Amino acid sequence: MATKSPAAPASRGAVVLGPHANALTRAERLELYYWMRFTRSLEERLVNLYRQTKVVGGLFRSLGQEADAVGSAFALEPGDILSPLIRNLGSMLVKGATPVEILKQYMAKGDSPTRGRELNIHFGDLERGFVGQISHLGDMVPVMAGIALSFKLRREKRVVLVYVGDGATSTGAFHEGINFAAVQRVPMVVIVENNGFAYSTPTTTQTAAKSFADKGIGYGIPGVTADGNDVLATYEVTREAVNRARAGGGVTLIELMTYRRKGHAEHDNQSYVPAGLGERWAAENDPIDRYVARLTEEFGFSPKELAAMDARVQAEIDAATDEAEKSGVPGALDALTGIYADPPLEKPLWFREGVTSAVDAHERPVGWGVYDAAKGGKS
Amino acid sequence: MAEITYLEAIREAMSEEMARDPNVFLMGEDIGAYGGAFKVTEGLLERFGASRVIDTPISEAGFVGAAAGAAHMGMRPVCELQFIDFISCAYDILTNYVATARYRAFLGCPMVVRGPSGGYVRGGPFHSQNPEAAFVHTPGLKIVYPATAEDAKGLMKAAIRDDDCVLFFEHKYLYRRIKGVMPAGDHVVPIGKARVAREGTDVSIITYAATVYKALEAAEQLAAEGVSVEVIDLRTLAPLDDEAIVSTVKKTHKVLVLHEDTRTGGIAGEITARINETCFEWLDAPVLRVTAADVPLPYAPSLEDYVLPQVADVLTAVRRLAAY
Ligand SMILES: Cc1ncc(C[n+]2csc(CCOP(=O)(O)OP(=O)(O)O)c2C)c(N)n1
Repeated sequence: MATKSPAAPASRGAVVLGPHANALTRAERLELYYWMRFTRSLEERLVNLYRQTKVVGGLFRSLGQEADAVGSAFALEPGDILSPLIRNLGSMLVKGATPVEILKQYMAKGDSPTRGRELNIHFGDLERGFVGQISHLGDMVPVMAGIALSFKLRREKRVVLVYVGDGATSTGAFHEGINFAAVQRVPMVVIVENNGFAYSTPTTTQTAAKSFADKGIGYGIPGVTADGNDVLATYEVTREAVNRARAGGGVTLIELMTYRRKGHAEHDNQSYVPAGLGERWAAENDPIDRYVARLTEEFGFSPKELAAMDARVQAEIDAATDEAEKSGVPGALDALTGIYADPPLEKPLWFREGVTSAVDAHERPVGWGVYDAAKGGKS
Repeated sequence: MAEITYLEAIREAMSEEMARDPNVFLMGEDIGAYGGAFKVTEGLLERFGASRVIDTPISEAGFVGAAAGAAHMGMRPVCELQFIDFISCAYDILTNYVATARYRAFLGCPMVVRGPSGGYVRGGPFHSQNPEAAFVHTPGLKIVYPATAEDAKGLMKAAIRDDDCVLFFEHKYLYRRIKGVMPAGDHVVPIGKARVAREGTDVSIITYAATVYKALEAAEQLAAEGVSVEVIDLRTLAPLDDEAIVSTVKKTHKVLVLHEDTRTGGIAGEITARINETCFEWLDAPVLRVTAADVPLPYAPSLEDYVLPQVADVLTAVRRLAAY
C-alpha cells in the first residue's frame, strides 16, 4: 500500500529485479544512468541561465524525480507516444528531445521548437513520440486517449503513455479522459507521479483515497504502485503495463512514489514543507545515488566508467548551451502566422500596418507579482 | 495613511469582509498556509482558520460549483483561481448553472470568483489570458476588472456584498506595481460605475485594467502635442456604465476603445456598437479600436510585445482621431 504523504523517504531494502529489468543489457543499464544524469545536469545548467536572467519565464525542476521519468519512458518502443508533464524532462530526452531544443525553448529563441510561442518543456514532436502539454492540468489525458484510440482503430501495435501529477488527478479532465480510455480499452498507460505535493498542497488534501493506484478500481482498470525513485522498478512496472496495452489489454494506472525536492518552480521557497524532509530524501533516497550503488555493486560498473559518462554529459550540455545562445529572438511578425492552416497569415491590425515593433525595448519584467524566494521575499 | 499595493488592497477587502460577515469564506488552490501563488491570501489562514480559508484539490469546476451551493444557503464564498486562465475549467458551472440560477430557479449565487489575469509578464499562452469577453457575453454574471488599488479594495467589498455572482479579474502586472492610499472607513466602490481617470476635451479613450496606464501614458505625451485626452476607466464590464460612455462621447466627440483582450468578439466591439446606437450624431470621427491581435498570446518578449497593445499604438490611434 502506498503512503499518501512523503512523511519519510521510502525504504531502500534490497529490490528483486523483475523479468523486464532483468532482461536489460549492459548498454541499456548504462543508458538509463546517462539519461538520469543528463536530466539533472541539464536542469542545473538551466538554473545557471535562469540566474543570469537568460530564461525568460519560470523554471521547473525534476530534481529527485529523474528515475520515474527516465525509467518509464525507457519502457516504450519507437512509435509509441508519450505526453510529459512539467517534471518529465527526462522522459522527453529519452524520446529524443535534444538539449539544444530545451535550452532554446526556455530562452524563448526564434528557432526554438515552438518558435518562442510556448514556454519551458511545452513542445512536442509526433515523429519522435512526444506531445507538448498545455498548462491546464489533466487535459492531456483525454487527448492522449484519443491518440491511443487512433492506434486501436487503425490496428497499429502502438502504445500511449501519459503522465499526471498527484494534483492533476483531481481535475475533471483526468477523470473523463481515463474513464473514456478504460471504456474504449485503448492502449494507454497512465502514470501518476506521487511526489508528495501539488504546489504547496500535500496529497492528503488532494484526495481521500488511500492511494492513487486505488483509483483504478473505480475505472475498472488495474492500478499498481511502484517505487518511482528506483529506475529499474519504474521500468519494470511500466514495461509490464505497456506490454499489456500493446497486447490489447487496455489501460493501466501506475502510481510512482517519489518526492519533489525543489519547490513548485524556482521562485517557490517551500515554506510549507516540514523541516528537514527534503534533505532526508536527498540524503537517503536520491534516485541517481541509488542507481549508482546498484550499477557499481550489483552490475559491475566501475566508478571510472560512470565518471566518463558524466564528463560526456557535461560536454554535450556545454556544446548545446553554446549553440542555443547563438540563436536570436523571434521576429515580431511571426506572431501573426499559423493560427489556421488557411488562411496561414493573420493581417496586422490597422494601427500596426507597416509597424514591426511598437516598443523601444523588450523588457524582461523583474517579477510578475509572484513570491520570489531568491530575493528573500516579494518581487 | 500608508500606501498599499493593488494586491494588498484586495487582501484587505477580503479580510475586512470576513471580519464583518461570518458567512464570507475563501476557497482555492494553495491559498491557506502558502497564501496563494501570488500571496493574495497571505495571513488569512492564520487570522480566520482553516474552516474559512479552504485549500482545495485542483478541481476548479468542483469548488466553483460548491461555492454556488453554499451561496444558495446564504454563505458568501470567494473562490481564487490560481490563474484566471483556469476559469475555463469552471466555464460550464459558471455559464450554465450559476449565471442562470436566479432567472430560472429564483436562487441567488452571492459568490465571487477572482484570479490573476492579463499579460505583459512573459507568461505565455496559459498564464496571461484575459477571458472576460466570454463571460460578458453570458447574461447573469457581473464582471469587474479594477485598475487602481483603491478600486481593487472597494470593488472587492462590493463584489462580496453583491447578491449575484461577480467575476473579479485582477491584473497581475498591476499587483505590486500599483499602490494607493485607501479612503478611511468602509470603502465600497459601486459595481457598474465607470471612473474618469483623466479629464480631457479632444479625444476619449475608453479602457480598463492594465491598459488604463497605457492610455494615461499616451495622454501625457499627447498633452505636450496639444491634444487633450480624456481617459475613462470602465471598472465594471458587466453591467456596462452606458451613462459614462455617452457622456464622454458628448464631451469629446472622438473615441478610442482600448483593451488588452483580443479584437474579435472583444468588449470594444460592443462599446462601439452602443455608441453608434445611442449617440452617433455626437461623433466627429469613427470609433477606433486598439486591442490585442487575434492570436493566442505568445511567450517570447518580441512576440508578446507585438501582439499586445502598446503606448505607441494608442498614440497612433489618438493622432488619427485628432486629425478629423
Ligand atoms: C486546471 C489547472 N488548475 C491549476 C493549475 C495551476 N497549477 C500548476 S501546477 C499545479 C500543481 C500541480 O501539482 P501536481 O499535478 O501534483 O504536479 P507536480 O507539480 O507535483 O509535479 C497547479 C495547481 C493548472 N496548471 N491547471
